[in-house]
Amino acid sequence: MKILVYIEQIAGQTAGITGELLTLARGLAERTGGHVEALIASDAPESIGGSLAGADLVLTAADPAFAQYNPQAQAALIEAVIAARAPDLVLFGYTTMGMDLAPWLAARTGRPLAGYCIGLEPDGAGLKARSQIYGGKLIADVELPLPAIVVMAPGAVREAEGRGDEPAREAVAVPPGLAGGAVRFVSAQAPDANAIDITQVEKLVCVGRGIGEQDAIEEARGLASALGAELVSSRPLVDLGWMPKERQVGKSGRTVKPRLYLTLGVSGAPEHLEGMSAADLIIAVNTDANAPIFQVAHYRAVVDCADLIPEIVDELERQGLSHA
Amino acid sequence: MHVAAILRLVPDTREELEVDASGRDIDREWVGMRLSEFDDQALEEAVLLKERSGAKVTAIALAGEGVDRLLQTAVARGVDEVVRVVHDIADSRDTARQVEALAGALHRIGADVVLTGVMTPEDILGQLAGTLAGRLGWPVFNAVTSVAAEGDGLRLRQEYSGGRAAIFDVSGPVVIGVQSASQAPRYVAGSKLRQAAGTPIGQEEIPTRAPAAAAAITGLSLVEAGGQAVSLEGDATTIAGKIIAILSEKGLIGA
Ligand SMILES: Cc1cc2nc3c(=O)[nH]c(=O)nc-3n(C[C@H](O)[C@H](O)[C@H](O)COP(=O)(O)OP(=O)(O)OC[C@H]3O[C@@H](n4cnc5c(N)ncnc54)[C@H](O)[C@@H]3O)c2cc1C
Repeated sequence: MKILVYIEQIAGQTAGITGELLTLARGLAERTGGHVEALIASDAPESIGGSLAGADLVLTAADPAFAQYNPQAQAALIEAVIAARAPDLVLFGYTTMGMDLAPWLAARTGRPLAGYCIGLEPDGAGLKARSQIYGGKLIADVELPLPAIVVMAPGAVREAEGRGDEPAREAVAVPPGLAGGAVRFVSAQAPDANAIDITQVEKLVCVGRGIGEQDAIEEARGLASALGAELVSSRPLVDLGWMPKERQVGKSGRTVKPRLYLTLGVSGAPEHLEGMSAADLIIAVNTDANAPIFQVAHYRAVVDCADLIPEIVDELERQGLSHA
Repeated sequence: MHVAAILRLVPDTREELEVDASGRDIDREWVGMRLSEFDDQALEEAVLLKERSGAKVTAIALAGEGVDRLLQTAVARGVDEVVRVVHDIADSRDTARQVEALAGALHRIGADVVLTGVMTPEDILGQLAGTLAGRLGWPVFNAVTSVAAEGDGLRLRQEYSGGRAAIFDVSGPVVIGVQSASQAPRYVAGSKLRQAAGTPIGQEEIPTRAPAAAAAITGLSLVEAGGQAVSLEGDATTIAGKIIAILSEKGLIGA
């Protein structure tokens, strides 16, 4: 099987999912007697840091249009590369860029696509994928004829260490006129450097939409301080303006690995789990016994968090254990 | 500027879900359907765009149970027109055919900006925004958290992991997968909803064809929710005591 892996970059480095995608591609290529090519597009591809071991060949596309991520320019390039190199499988990560590019290319090239994949196997003349669906409550088996496009969920593949030598590089032709498209990059925004860095905090209490009302945030904050923890949240509470962005955990927030992660009314959508499932101790509180957060929790409590929060606070005080 | 907001009803994943007799879909008989949460955000951003820059907004949805009511709610929230797209698609996860129907409808109404949710809980065969943009040959942006008129085009903000983002200007047609609106979706009073209930709904009928090569969902299984977790049983007081005991034992509180 001939596999093309799209390499994302963040601030001059290959993105975190790169090693996972290359490990998966290498394994598939070995089982099917294939070949792995990695595609990297930049104004200066040679300056991008990070290993691309696992690929047999790195295709580099150098053009000023790739100085910053621009979905239109990237998509046009990959479309041309697919036409020229005819890979059986094109692999992306489930990231903002993967969401922009993979379905777009599937529609352009008429290839079937499977997304949110946590497993991918050769299956006869095609592929069999396992995909998260319905908020992570179910897994779907998907059959894909080749050629196909697959989008892998971050964390689905254990990245192999020592994948071998850095592969040879080959420059590919860049379609003309990419810089003059309809899309213009204006500026980049980085997280506030002066804000709290929740990745450095040992104990986190995380509130989700199940907390109910905005007033309940104060109760949860009281619990966090009684535990000597910081309060963080799922994305919806940030979107509601109830919690600051720097305290958001998950795919579009921060990835944390604290000693304690106590969740209150968090469902455990894959995008949230991506940011916290490696925590040392996860205690999850949810009224839904089937909430996906329980899939990664060490302890689960099916109870109303509004009832539980004051009980913990009172009991900590009674036992003289409160940090507040 | 003519903005189309594409709205979808999706199964409510907060409910208990079960696999149906075919083994390939959830049992939809008893599952509640709700406006996809990201489509809700897209609708809000479309209405904000109208209010701030005078764009015309049409809400579009594939026909189905509950869709007329959904579209009338969109009227109450401020869209100018609503269109139901009558189709022949049997599976709500068949993105390729949905896109064929929607692209046909967009062409007929003449929209040049499309806002929809970044994802749904069931779009595993391709998110709508990217697939639609690819079909139309338009640029696409996903995980967008604000859209505003700027000069002849739009200025938008796209988010990445780790709290990073970028601002782009786009001229010409574009499809936008909205993650969150610039402000939380508005509340609509019951009186406004009643008023909107009589709004006529436009209709487009678009036949679709099965794509030459398609992925197939061949099975569906529930993930065991308990996993490895130890269950803390009892009432809130008992559970609170158990949690404190665990934290004490692990040296996470006290001392
Ligand atoms: C590209 C992309 C990026 C994303 N990035 C992130 C991210 O960084 N972080 C993130 O969190 N999400 C992210 N999301 C959103 C994610 O898909 C979910 O929508 C989100 O995580 C859900 O948040 P929640 O668990 O708080 O809410 P819900 O899913 O609504 O869950 C609320 C939970 O509370 C429970 N509950 C209700 N009442 C009570 C009660 N009284 N007591 C206890 N439990 C109760 C319910 O059973 C339910 O499980 C992203 C989505 C996309 C598409």
